[in-house]
Amino acid sequence: MTTNLATSPARARALFDRIQQNRYLGLVGLAVALLAPFITATNYALSVMTSALLFVMLAVGLNIVVGYCGLLDLGYAAFFAIGAYVSGILATRYGWPLLATVPVVIVAAVVAGIVIGGPTLRLRSDYLAIVTLGFGEIIRVTANNLTITGGPSGIYGIPGIMLLGVDLSGPVGLYYTCVVVVALAVLGAARLGRSRLGRAWRFIREDEDAAEAMGINTYRVKLAAYIGGAIWGGLAGILFGAQLSAISPPSFTFLWSALILMAVVLGGMGSTPGVVLGAIFISVLPELLREAADYRYFVFGILLIIVMIFRRQGLWPARAVERQSRRDRRRAEEHDVRKGKEVVP
Amino acid sequence: MTQLIWNGLFVGSFYALVALGYTMVYGIIRLLNFAHGDLYMLGAFVGFGVLSVAGGLATGLGFVALLIVMIISMLVTGTAGLVLERVAYRPLRGAPRLSVLITAVGASFALEYGMRLVAGPNPEVYPVRLAGDPVNLLGARITVQQVSLILIAILLMAGLQWLVMGTETGRAMRAISQDPTAALYMGINVDAVIARTFFIGSALAGAAGVMAGGYYGKIDFLMGFIIGLKAFTAAVIGGIGNIKGAMLGGLTLGLLESIGTAWIGGQWRDVFAFSFLIIFLTLRPTGILGERVTERV
Repeated sequence: MTTNLATSPARARALFDRIQQNRYLGLVGLAVALLAPFITATNYALSVMTSALLFVMLAVGLNIVVGYCGLLDLGYAAFFAIGAYVSGILATRYGWPLLATVPVVIVAAVVAGIVIGGPTLRLRSDYLAIVTLGFGEIIRVTANNLTITGGPSGIYGIPGIMLLGVDLSGPVGLYYTCVVVVALAVLGAARLGRSRLGRAWRFIREDEDAAEAMGINTYRVKLAAYIGGAIWGGLAGILFGAQLSAISPPSFTFLWSALILMAVVLGGMGSTPGVVLGAIFISVLPELLREAADYRYFVFGILLIIVMIFRRQGLWPARAVERQSRRDRRRAEEHDVRKGKEVVP
Repeated sequence: MTQLIWNGLFVGSFYALVALGYTMVYGIIRLLNFAHGDLYMLGAFVGFGVLSVAGGLATGLGFVALLIVMIISMLVTGTAGLVLERVAYRPLRGAPRLSVLITAVGASFALEYGMRLVAGPNPEVYPVRLAGDPVNLLGARITVQQVSLILIAILLMAGLQWLVMGTETGRAMRAISQDPTAALYMGINVDAVIARTFFIGSALAGAAGVMAGGYYGKIDFLMGFIIGLKAFTAAVIGGIGNIKGAMLGGLTLGLLESIGTAWIGGQWRDVFAFSFLIIFLTLRPTGILGERVTERV
């Protein structure tokens, strides 16, 4: 019994590692998301869960920029705002269905990403942090002052999503739409992180000069990360408009950008499961702790410092070693067979 | 037009004071101290607190009281800067840049919302106002208080210039900004000098905070956010890491803003300023006075 107790931390760690490496982790997460409304499906619960999903999408998008590539983006809410406003304006003023606005939003997000990332990514990476901070303000103030964005009162009456004649604007329909979209977004970001481009991103994060010496066009690859983040943010903005049916400038302050960053950092930069859990934690926690609202942001700030000093990799760190995909393993085996080596089962 | 230039110079001197702290810290340890704008906010609130406690005594004295309050608040914000450096930044010296930047964001958040806990979310009204009667000078309306605030700003900057160029501490600072390791070998107490830099930069921000509180009359816990961004813009325009550049950049940004707002409307002020940041970074990232900085490996 005593030996059991003595080894329990090590055992817990081994168990945690096993959970972390489980290839069905994502499916379990998806199942939880799909089944959650069967436990509680009040309008309030659904709206909290939908917001949490949106937050997951934003955090996963920011993770591409901050986690994979190591670039600090402090104005991520700007892309979120661009997505929400572009789709909102097209839907309310020009009567487009929400789905038709998707390509336009993507184009707008890419253009914004190039405008901001283009000049700044050539410079030291800390310039990007402060320029994106300024960019966040530019977008918010612009939305506040233009007439087409409805000024301070914003845009209201944004329609819900219609797909093949099926109305998905109710709370349940919207929730499941979000589950599908966010699941695809999480999967897409994770696959992107494991791709050739993703490896280049992580190389740049670890050592930009070495990456450049190895022949990676660091500027282009960084820009790709930044644009990738922008697209994720813009698409989340469409869902945000569909959920609230009204958007206004105060929804897109620096506070949002900071909270998304918080989710990424706390969960573990570069780690998809970590970031997803971090986002759920950050978005659901305030609902559970209503009384502590005043202390919340103060604690978040302190927490950011503590995490950076004592546990930089976050609560659920990214694995250093990539899991071999089945295809790669098969190829390696074939290669070994051809060389006449004994195949280890 | 003269009025616009005057306003620009006046606002610009605030920007310059805050930009100095930014640029000093950046010059010496290459750290973007996001919390710098919040130290300015802290300065304004400390001044507010002291003035409220002193009460009637202070309001009677007006300008002199504000000067004394400014010195107290410079000491407090300077100390806050010291603590911040010791607790949040020193443990991370040598850590990846991203971690330090995130720590700085956390520090900024903690200061802002810590102040919100102490002082409440609503704006406070400064008990001492520096309105004064305007005097006409070449078609611009200028108050004695504005002139004295600018004079104080100039005095502080001159003092800083003397400190950096004329004292032993200043020489140590310049040495560290060139090569911290070599400076260490030469017997410079690097930690102590960096701490001093933080103290001075934060104290200047605190002074600007009290001046802004006394002049504009209204303070709130988020007031440091925008000014921090503007000060950074000013530092970049002048050439970041360069002390004279920060002063020049502050005044330039003040003038650009003042003329730009008259031209396209006040609600676009911040957009105008930040667009300048982006344009400057595209066309001349080293700023007006900056030298070409090569990234060292």
